[in-house]
Amino acid sequence: MATATATKPDKGDPRLKMLDAAIRKSQSRQDALIEVLHKAQDLFGYLDVSVLRHVARSLKLPPSRVYGVATFYHLFMLKPQGQHACVICMGTACYVKGADRLLEEAETVAGCKAGQTTRDGKVSLLTARCIGACGIAPAVVYDQATAGKQLAQDVTARIQEWLENGSA
Amino acid sequence: MDRHELEAIAGKEDSNRKPRRLLCCTGSGCQSARSLEVKAALERGVASRGMHESVDVVGVGCLAFCGRGPLVEASPDGVIYEQVTPEGADAIVGELAGEAEASFPRSREDHPFYKGQFRIVRERGGRIDPERVEEAISFGGYLALEHALHGMTPSEVVHEITKSGLRGRGGAGYPTGLKWGTVAKMPATPKYVICNGDEGDPGAFMDRSVMEDDPHRVLEGMTIAGYAVGASQGFIYVRAEYPLAVARLRKAIQQATRLGLLGGGILGSHLDFKIDVRIGAGAFVCGEETALIQSVEGKRGNPIPRPPYPAESGLWGKPTLINNVETFANVAPILHRGASWFAGIGSQYSKGTKVFSLTGKVANSGLIEVPMGTSLRYIVEEMGGGSPNGRVKAVQTGGPSGGCIPADKLDVPVDYDSLTRLGSIMGSGGMIVMDDETNMVEVARFFMEFCMSESCGKCVPCRAGTVQMHGLLDRIARKRGTRADLDRLTQLCHMTRETSLCGLGQTAPNPVLSTLRYFMGEYEALLQTPEAIVPHVAATEALDARGVPGQGE
Repeated sequence: MATATATKPDKGDPRLKMLDAAIRKSQSRQDALIEVLHKAQDLFGYLDVSVLRHVARSLKLPPSRVYGVATFYHLFMLKPQGQHACVICMGTACYVKGADRLLEEAETVAGCKAGQTTRDGKVSLLTARCIGACGIAPAVVYDQATAGKQLAQDVTARIQEWLENGSA
Repeated sequence: MDRHELEAIAGKEDSNRKPRRLLCCTGSGCQSARSLEVKAALERGVASRGMHESVDVVGVGCLAFCGRGPLVEASPDGVIYEQVTPEGADAIVGELAGEAEASFPRSREDHPFYKGQFRIVRERGGRIDPERVEEAISFGGYLALEHALHGMTPSEVVHEITKSGLRGRGGAGYPTGLKWGTVAKMPATPKYVICNGDEGDPGAFMDRSVMEDDPHRVLEGMTIAGYAVGASQGFIYVRAEYPLAVARLRKAIQQATRLGLLGGGILGSHLDFKIDVRIGAGAFVCGEETALIQSVEGKRGNPIPRPPYPAESGLWGKPTLINNVETFANVAPILHRGASWFAGIGSQYSKGTKVFSLTGKVANSGLIEVPMGTSLRYIVEEMGGGSPNGRVKAVQTGGPSGGCIPADKLDVPVDYDSLTRLGSIMGSGGMIVMDDETNMVEVARFFMEFCMSESCGKCVPCRAGTVQMHGLLDRIARKRGTRADLDRLTQLCHMTRETSLCGLGQTAPNPVLSTLRYFMGEYEALLQTPEAIVPHVAATEALDARGVPGQGE
């Protein structure tokens, strides 16, 4: 998420070519829709309506079907994401070890709610259902690196650093 | 590729193996605690002492005791080093070289967390490098497949699985042999085999570790299943939250295909079998088999009514065998050692072992594999070391579909039927210990919030029922509930359970019902007192008197 720059594609965008290559690799099979959407999100950072239209055309699927799938699954983002992502695991093991308090702290520091991005576009605050790191609960994923046994001050320190230092 | 070549690979591996192996955990948990740096430090320590002739440093899958990672095991000594830092890693190599002892190693035999473990599924987990097929082969990998293909008919394989008493490890416990037999009998072709690796239950990570630590074990089980039911295409559906599992499975498929253990004419037989990985995108309901099949087809994960069951009409309307990761991981050992060996382990109606992820308010957290029928008390108090504050209140099993077992029922043997009798379920294997700081009403609300937002919205009882139940639980947790709310909650629980389309809605009330059953006192303590209710009623009557209709509840 932090690697891709979240911008709308225009014609001739090299990322569109890479997406087309991935679609060709899947032989334009309609059942590859979820894989193709994953690829698109990796490339663009989120799924813009124009990208969804492009995917629908390429796989010969009605746009409603593509939009339906993109909105059904939690991991697909339809809005641009921040430069950094802080994902707080809300699984049961993390919950009984105080993940709700971590989230509260994170929301206060970032000044936005879970699922939102800070106004300056620096940090997206997200929650996960369970990342399977229950043995080291509570767990938080900072830009795709998992950290275990987190305390409120760890989360606030990291978010503050991101907010102050700008881009990675 | 044939048996001799398999043996040759194993022989070569064995003869190249150094007498000592330092196994460094590279599971997700330990990796997040810098275990890759530990591994590099161990390698430097070995190199600087010129011990590379006698000691190998191997990155292995999960060493199970995740709560005390990063872990290093000295093999074959069976000594476990906990919380190893990159700085402290050198001392471990030093100890092997006869220098001063490293800090606090414990041997597996007298380690409370390890000594009660009985490993079938995780036999090779934490012992081999999961990214090398040769290691898996040298530890017995693909021998069961070879035996099945050259020494058994498909129906004999089904019979053997039936005889073993293996039941589905995804939670419901349906007899695996019966399922295989049903798919095998279907006349329609092609048939498909699907492995359900969408481990959605929060607080559970057993399947993740099986896929990450020993992917070939899963592939072998699926291929044997393909032979038994007459399928030539398999899919393994993994949640996108498990990128390491996806990467390792893909690598394993590539390696197995290269050696002729997957693909056309497997091991010199007539079996053609391919496996593709499919990735989810974050939807709990996709763990339900019909929803998972929709997702493999690239659609929204909406469940469809059963019957027809997937065994008759599944993926693209064709007969489909769908089993959980751990179920497939049990197949090779059963064929290798025989059904009666497997049936001799466990309790009367639950055979073999079960892997659990023991987490929450417990001193020792991590992965455990124990024979079915082991008492919950032994798991929590002996292996887990109890809760740090010494006041275990309940153990939650089965995730959002399960329930909470109170501390005074801890002597229950852990098997499918005993847990069901207590109003919980075995589930996929999450086991979360709660102490007296955990409020059970909040736990019930937590799970209901989960089910509410994960409900796919297709059927009304689940879509609306979970919202209403969550609202009632929220009101009670905020001390605004009344006795009538509690009654309505109970009523809604039963309604949702009886009328929902799929397992998600049918089991969503379980955490509420089980906490109502064992912790009613906590609910009652939060209800409004009669005195507190009076002003509310008076206010409503006052409004009524002015001709404004009462809002009711």
